[in-house]
Amino acid sequence: MIFPLCFALFVVGLYCALTKRNVIKIVIGLAIMEYAVNLFLVLLGYKKGITLADAQAPIIEPVTNLDDFFMKAVDPLPQALVLTSIVIGLGVTALAIAICIRLYQRYGTFDISEMRRLKG
Amino acid sequence: MIELLPLFIAIPLGGAFLITLTAWKLRRLADILGVCAGLPLLVLALLCIGKQGVYHVGAFLAPLGINLVLDGFSVLLLVIVNVIGFMALLYSISYMEQYTAKYKYYALFLLMVGGMNGVVLTGDMFNLFVFLEIASIASYALVAFGCEHEELEASFKYLVLGSIGSTFILLGVAVLYGLTGFLNMASIAQAVASMEKTWLLSFASVLFLVGFGIKAALVPFHPWLPDAHPSAPAPISAMLSGVLIKALGVYAITRVVFNVLGATPLFGIIIMVLGVLSMTIGVFLAVGQWDFKRLLAYHSISQMGYVVLGIGLGMFIIANNGPTLVAGMAIFGGIFHLANHAVFKSLLFLCSGSVEYQTGTRQLKSLGGLQEKMPVTGTTCTIASLSIAGIPPFNGFWSKLIIVIATVLAAFVFPGMLILTAITILVSFVTLISFLKVLRYVFLGELPSLFKQIKDSPFFMGISLVMLSLLCIGMGLLLIPGLRSVVFDPAVEALKQGLDYGKQILTGF
Repeated sequence: MIFPLCFALFVVGLYCALTKRNVIKIVIGLAIMEYAVNLFLVLLGYKKGITLADAQAPIIEPVTNLDDFFMKAVDPLPQALVLTSIVIGLGVTALAIAICIRLYQRYGTFDISEMRRLKG
Repeated sequence: MIELLPLFIAIPLGGAFLITLTAWKLRRLADILGVCAGLPLLVLALLCIGKQGVYHVGAFLAPLGINLVLDGFSVLLLVIVNVIGFMALLYSISYMEQYTAKYKYYALFLLMVGGMNGVVLTGDMFNLFVFLEIASIASYALVAFGCEHEELEASFKYLVLGSIGSTFILLGVAVLYGLTGFLNMASIAQAVASMEKTWLLSFASVLFLVGFGIKAALVPFHPWLPDAHPSAPAPISAMLSGVLIKALGVYAITRVVFNVLGATPLFGIIIMVLGVLSMTIGVFLAVGQWDFKRLLAYHSISQMGYVVLGIGLGMFIIANNGPTLVAGMAIFGGIFHLANHAVFKSLLFLCSGSVEYQTGTRQLKSLGGLQEKMPVTGTTCTIASLSIAGIPPFNGFWSKLIIVIATVLAAFVFPGMLILTAITILVSFVTLISFLKVLRYVFLGELPSLFKQIKDSPFFMGISLVMLSLLCIGMGLLLIPGLRSVVFDPAVEALKQGLDYGKQILTGF
């Protein structure tokens, strides 16, 4: 159930990035896509058949029951991937916003349909 | 040699860091540091020819750690990236004098080179994504480098489409991880070889196809390229058209489809169709252009179609258990054209940069008669134009010839392939027409009185033009069996082995 919702969020972001005319909204659309993928990655870490409430953080302490741990602990690797991906997303968004500001200085508008110097 | 592999990533990243740290006051220091970073990369890349091996980063072994893989196909791309990168760096010394903040340019340039080296070397899917983003972000910034109306607009378009592509790739990596439990390409290949084919695997392939297709500017995904490539400064156009779309797009998709997901007949057909569409649509859009660099950019789309067609044909034949000799020939034609296109297209972009540097315009109609004023640029541009159009002694002819022969041979087994032969020859002919137009309007004809005073390209620009044109003339020699078996055969073998790639990486060469 939760995976299709995640994919729906991805499609919403894609739709927003492809159809909106305001450059800032396009950047927001890109960010929504990023977050949908990040969410998907985190969800991948959960073991099959374990509900969200039962899942454990992947930390082994002296008192941890190892059998229980192997059954319920989430996979820590996707979380590490998400950290990297968030940082990359931050870089892209920062650059995109910087370009938007420059575009506004040049054209005096955020409307993409009025920025049409390139043709052919 | 294998121990030195991390240097391909460390030198450009370190160079970029040093330049931003030290060179903001001294303009010359940025030039010196830039070339000092490019030269060892060039030497190292040339030393890698003929070598194979795996480097385990931090000594963590394969499924757990990240590994850098040097095989035939990576070596080829590594050499292309670093040779063209060094030429573009030399060219930038004079060309970038017109811009302020030269040190930022060099820093971004080196980041881009580092990212591309990482993409071609890495053996890990997520690491591939990270390096791809390093190279892409640097290139978004470089396209906007002039900060004028057109550049910002092109860069924004490129950024939006590029990040959509990257997000698709990341989603593909995530699906693949969920499916197999590995991120290492070799381990994924083994897992895929032994598992049942589900719809999720096809879903991941489609995500990769769209993502890398956007990066490679194949035809339905191409609209950013004709804006972004002409807007960048000339050496960057040369890098973008010459190597970026190959390293991030064609290399990555070829590697993923052949060695990670496994070639299927359907995928071969899809890739061939994309190739044919790119070839024809790209070339017909190019003929009507009057902006020098925009025309070249459309030709990039068209020529990448040749590369993708060759590789797709090879994939189709292998997946259908056709004759492997013909498959090998098609793949060889594809990657040989990839190498040739890197050389002549970057040379053409650098020539257009020289023309723009001296005359201040790139509209074909307002130029003319530059051959007598700019003999070096004119001659090298003529050589490159003849190469791209496929005129015999130059390199473009040989690779196109091999692709044509491969389609004819494939037609003996799969009769429909003859139509590909016809299309390749037709496109080559239209390319010739379009470049005769360039030569006629830029270098022949009457010199406008405005340009009576212009001179030829400055020294550093001229020297990289001459070296690239020598490569254009000389690369036909790579067909000699002795040279071919060192440079291209390992690359073809690396692709032809398909999913056995995983076994080879995990057990060592």
